Amino acid sequence: MVFFSYLISGISLGSVYAIIALGYTMVYGIAKMLNFAHGDVIMVGGYISFCAISYLSLPPAVAVLLAMVVCTVLGVLIEGLAYRPLRQAGSLAVLITAIGVSYFLQNAAQLIWGVTPKIYTSVVSFRLPNSLTRLGLSSEALVTVLSCVVIMVALTTFVNKTKMGKAMRACSEDKGAAQLMGINVNATISMTFAIGSALAAIAGVLLCSAYTTLLPTTGSMPGIKAFTAAVFGGIGSIPGAFVGGLLLGIIESMAKAYISTDLANAIVFAVLIVVLLVKPTGLLGKYVPEKV
Amino acid sequence: MKKLSGLKKTTKVDFATYLGVTLAFLIVYYRLQRGGLTNAMTSWLVPVCCFIVMAVSLNLVVGISGELSLGHAGFMSVGAFSGVVAGMSLRGAIPFTPVRLVVAILVGALFAAVAGVIVGVPVLRLRGDYLAIVTLAFGQIIKDLINCLLVGYDSKGLHIIFNLGKKTVADLHLEEGGVAIIKGAQGAVGIQKMSSFLAGYVLVMVTLVIVLNLIRSRTGRAIMAIRDNRIAAESVGINVTKYKMIAFVTSAALAGAAGALYGLNYGSLVSSRFDFNTSILVLVYVVLGGLGNIWGSVIGATVLYILPEALRQFADYRMLFYAIVLILVMLATNNPHLQQLAGTVAERFRGKKPARAGEGGQSHE
Repeated sequence: MVFFSYLISGISLGSVYAIIALGYTMVYGIAKMLNFAHGDVIMVGGYISFCAISYLSLPPAVAVLLAMVVCTVLGVLIEGLAYRPLRQAGSLAVLITAIGVSYFLQNAAQLIWGVTPKIYTSVVSFRLPNSLTRLGLSSEALVTVLSCVVIMVALTTFVNKTKMGKAMRACSEDKGAAQLMGINVNATISMTFAIGSALAAIAGVLLCSAYTTLLPTTGSMPGIKAFTAAVFGGIGSIPGAFVGGLLLGIIESMAKAYISTDLANAIVFAVLIVVLLVKPTGLLGKYVPEKV
Repeated sequence: MKKLSGLKKTTKVDFATYLGVTLAFLIVYYRLQRGGLTNAMTSWLVPVCCFIVMAVSLNLVVGISGELSLGHAGFMSVGAFSGVVAGMSLRGAIPFTPVRLVVAILVGALFAAVAGVIVGVPVLRLRGDYLAIVTLAFGQIIKDLINCLLVGYDSKGLHIIFNLGKKTVADLHLEEGGVAIIKGAQGAVGIQKMSSFLAGYVLVMVTLVIVLNLIRSRTGRAIMAIRDNRIAAESVGINVTKYKMIAFVTSAALAGAAGALYGLNYGSLVSSRFDFNTSILVLVYVVLGGLGNIWGSVIGATVLYILPEALRQFADYRMLFYAIVLILVMLATNNPHLQQLAGTVAERFRGKKPARAGEGGQSHE
């Protein structure tokens, strides 16, 4: 029974990682960049929804929508102002810029909202019957897992069935050829950032609902872990992010329960290293042979 | 300069680097002796030296060897804690402090080199961003492992236990008069401060001599050949793994030395000081100083360490300002119009870029 409750908390944590990892993996797949500011977009999403609920007393659903809109605009702005001018530059220049953006968001949040942690009231208002909560299932966990599944299905359909999704896949394969086929590469990349940031907002709301404290640095550790999850599953692959996120969450939860709380992060990263050594492109990543 | 005209250009640059560092040291040291520095400035001196060593050693991996490492602070951490343990526990064996400091730095470098080998063997099989994420992961693992470490010493020698649950300092079973050096998550406490600015200067010079000589040697040329084109380098008989390991382990050892000096500069030390953000900070020094450019790393580390410290009067706004400067500098240095205007430095920067981007794109698309 105890095992079951750890499994549930692992799956729910993993679902949050998966949602964040989707943002990482999509941006990486198309723009070939590690967007280190993604974790801080989560934090912004958390704060916006917090303000909407606590100060403006908006209903939770509206607050989540508001957070998504703000984060989407933020994501597109970041891409347009900071990353687009560096499209032709080396990957390190883009990485450092992303780190700059991350510092900027954290410190701006610190100036606006202060360093004292905000106590987040969960956006999930219904309560489950006692028979379920005794199993360790909380309403937050249920909502988190359900949203993750819905997002996953919606995103897969979007990428595989729509014209925009086709454009995204084309850009991730070959930007030059995509442009020759009449695809607006810049618009496609902006769209990717928009989707990724909207997902980050949802992840922020879910994360804060589960852990209830909100700080300017809230997003950085989940950000790094989700990035790990994306690599774990094979970066650039959408099902990979889902699988990687879930597995990472479960491993972390089990390590916390049965080995050591202090070492849980170390174990997660150690598993990642082992996986990468056995399968250098991640679980579901595709191997691209090097051409001479 | 006429007498120097017989020398190669790189040799001249190297000598200029040594000369510049020495001059800067002498000026600052003179002012320090005359009491011309504020307390805050004095407290920057040793950390600046440590971060110069960190930046130069990371440049060896990122700039010269062309592998993105996001876990450099992990090696600094290993060096810092092993150096602190050595420095504290050898108090009886080596009473003379400067010698003990040297021994502590050597111990730090040795342990970090061992960590470098352990990390390097699996990591260097990977490429590009995968290598970056694994170094990041190793940095985090090292941080967490040190958080679980309990170390103390008494007349019988060192006592080390690995805390997986609820063990405390009492479980070390130290004798009377024994001292706990590392107390798990509390980190190392009660450290005797041994580092000095002079030691920092010596370490910087030693690092520069090692790294610059390595780069200008046959080994260094092999490392750079691998960076520029791995397949071509392999086809002319360069042992890729061996040379990558040389660069990686040398860099780790130097980071360990810097860590030992850094650790012995403070009364207490926690492992979270060497987290992901520290690795990133050093990477920023290297990139803004110029990839593969050693004197650039020296200047980058000095300026970028002092800048946020000097901006302390602006309190909350300083890091915001730092972030904006960082973004603007990256945008400006990569702007094609500005690049054309810039002189030879920008020319070199630009000349290297397209080759690297192409290689990166092929290997992990």
